[in-house]
Amino acid sequence: MSSPTGVAPPKPHGAHEAHHEELGFWRKYVFSTDHKVIGIQYAVTGLLFLLFGFSLMMLMRWNLAYPGAALPIIGQLFGEARMPGGTMLPEFYNELGAMHGTIMVFLGVVPLAVGGFGNFVLPLQIGAPDMAFPKINMVSYWCLFLGGITMLGSFLVPGGAAQSGWTSYTPLSVIAGSGQTWWLIGMIFLITSSLLGALNFITTTIQLRAKGLTFMRFPFFVWAQFVTAFLLLLAFPPLEAAGVMQLMDRVAGTNFFMPSGLVVSGQALTNVGGGNTLLWQHLFWFLAHPEVYVLILPGMGIVAEIIANNTRKPLWGYRSMVYSIIFLGFMSFIVWAHHMFMTGMGTAMAAFFQTTTMIISIPSVVILTALVISLWGGSIRFNTPMLFALAFLPMFGIGGLTGLPLGLNISDIPLHDTYYVIAHFHYVVAPGTIFALMAGIYYWFPKATGRRMNETLGKVHFWGSLVCMNVVFMPMFITGLAGVSRRLFDAGSAYDFAQPTMHWNVVSSWGAWLLAVFQLPFIFNFFSSIRNGEKVGENPWQATTIEWSAPSPPPHGNFVGAPQAYRGPYEYSVPGAGKDFVPQYEAS
Amino acid sequence: MDIPYTVELRRDTGLNNGKIGIWLFLASEVMLFGALFASYILIRVGAPSWPRGDTVLDVPLATFNTIVLISSSVTMVMAWASLMRRRFETFRMYMGGTILLGLTFLVVKYFEYGHHLELGEFPSTNNFLAVYYTLTGLHMLHVFGGMVVNAYFWGPGAKLWKTNPVWFTNRVEHSGLFWHFVDLVWIFLFPTLYLL
Repeated sequence: MSSPTGVAPPKPHGAHEAHHEELGFWRKYVFSTDHKVIGIQYAVTGLLFLLFGFSLMMLMRWNLAYPGAALPIIGQLFGEARMPGGTMLPEFYNELGAMHGTIMVFLGVVPLAVGGFGNFVLPLQIGAPDMAFPKINMVSYWCLFLGGITMLGSFLVPGGAAQSGWTSYTPLSVIAGSGQTWWLIGMIFLITSSLLGALNFITTTIQLRAKGLTFMRFPFFVWAQFVTAFLLLLAFPPLEAAGVMQLMDRVAGTNFFMPSGLVVSGQALTNVGGGNTLLWQHLFWFLAHPEVYVLILPGMGIVAEIIANNTRKPLWGYRSMVYSIIFLGFMSFIVWAHHMFMTGMGTAMAAFFQTTTMIISIPSVVILTALVISLWGGSIRFNTPMLFALAFLPMFGIGGLTGLPLGLNISDIPLHDTYYVIAHFHYVVAPGTIFALMAGIYYWFPKATGRRMNETLGKVHFWGSLVCMNVVFMPMFITGLAGVSRRLFDAGSAYDFAQPTMHWNVVSSWGAWLLAVFQLPFIFNFFSSIRNGEKVGENPWQATTIEWSAPSPPPHGNFVGAPQAYRGPYEYSVPGAGKDFVPQYEAS
Repeated sequence: MDIPYTVELRRDTGLNNGKIGIWLFLASEVMLFGALFASYILIRVGAPSWPRGDTVLDVPLATFNTIVLISSSVTMVMAWASLMRRRFETFRMYMGGTILLGLTFLVVKYFEYGHHLELGEFPSTNNFLAVYYTLTGLHMLHVFGGMVVNAYFWGPGAKLWKTNPVWFTNRVEHSGLFWHFVDLVWIFLFPTLYLL
């Protein structure tokens, strides 16, 4: 080492690595640090897991429609331990149910909405060359990958995967089979992945935005991802803490969540007890309620972009939307116990949490209203992304409004844990968020590949999905209001009160299977458009935000010159302008 | 392609990327340990009886470890200050000291755990010990993680000093922020577990 005084003054970083070397296949496409490649990795992983999680549900829907009947052909594949003679065992149903929830939330929607769209679109929209920490970004994806493998692998361990629901309520989950341990290990990987992703998104947004791109000039999508990242950053660690404690309970025999005097299958447990089982629920929902907003906010961001673009109008009330989403993010940390009205936590707690829950509905309504009013007076282009974005509004509306009775202590009592709850949150996440994500795929596909997806197939996909989604979930409001519990593996066929609504389960199930059929045009369209889609330039939608100034697909480093923002994000149909859009990145 | 503001400060935020990143990371760590401390409080107030820490645990040993960790924070600051003054050899000495003090902490902890296990005091024995093993165990993992990063900057990572001393100094500063945080967690853990 040279003497301290002999050290040269600092050179600008990277001056010595100005030359570009061609990366090999593995570094370029597999262990890539390029945010676009990582975004696509995330998105494809998320889509595959969505399909897998959906398949689990399609299996469950068989037993709900035809309880106890043998499933022809496919039923034979699962062996005697799970489906003897093709008839589903309750344990297998529980396994499918727990993993459906876990996979859809943590490995399907979040990787696609945050990992996929966030990684691919956010740096482009703020005019950044990449994420602030490209290597951490890569690690984040591979943590997700390991978590996904762990979750999938848990199906193969003796006793099968976790069976205690995606919420893993204690003490049931503590005394459950070894699949639960794998679930916890998988979750720790997924939490690490989210954490690394979140701090990367926040730093990137604050530090790498283009010159002139002030916060109030952000496209709404950037705001949505920015708030989402804070939720992930701050809400996930308590679940990590809870996961560690549950792991200790299972592996080291501690009693964090194990009360005294527990009797299982007629046998008194020998553990010392003294733990607090409600503590798990508090820690779990402290994550999982913000998580609900993690699922919906990126969707709202995507829909806002597409609505502004296809109505050729500025968003109505952009500022109130931004303030609302910040308030929403903040409030989402203090509503969690509305999931726990039935736990006996006391009326004072319930009163507090139902009040905050009613308050949090206000900013959601503000955002949805602003989006609806944005349609007013526009000359709307009904392309596939716009159709999905438009369908998001009423679907999310149904999901949101049916949530209000669940947020109030009194009306929650009869509705709690019935199919009504399933219908409510699936309206938010399935025809809500997933439609928004589909809209986003059709909208940014040209940016990622340089080609547009086929419109006809897209419209078949849209209309089929819209009808089927409602056929699946609308009947659940009926069975739920009839009081049928969501936890029953035979859909309540053993109970008299459930009999009048049993036929609705058949409707739901056929809706779900038909919904799968209508995803085939999408899958075909997705792959064939990569090669055969209509070639497009850098701005096929005549959009205003900065990502459309980059070449399609953007090269390593994204932009040709350093982009600059000269105005707000949605300058459509400006009076006196030569064309009906004035891009944010063009100096006038 | 270079990521802007890796080393130089962005004018309007006055920060570089790493500084924001490490503070965000620490924010999430606060939530992690916050949840654990909250769980401890909830379990303790719900327990019919709870041993005072000093009746079960070895207070002098933990006091020694507290002094060790605080000293390691001082050497960590000195290591960073040496780099600011462009004295690389002094940095190496102080950084080495930080790592050794961290190692001392872990060795003491090893004997402490061993002693309790020998007495038949396992995590499953009672909830006090469950909290003790889980919280100190997780803290120990953080100490170990910090030592790995510090060892990297002491050893192979120090190559960066030759090419980009400012960047290297920043990295040591960020690693130091993490180290101080780990120290701070112990300063909360010590009275909570050993004295109360």
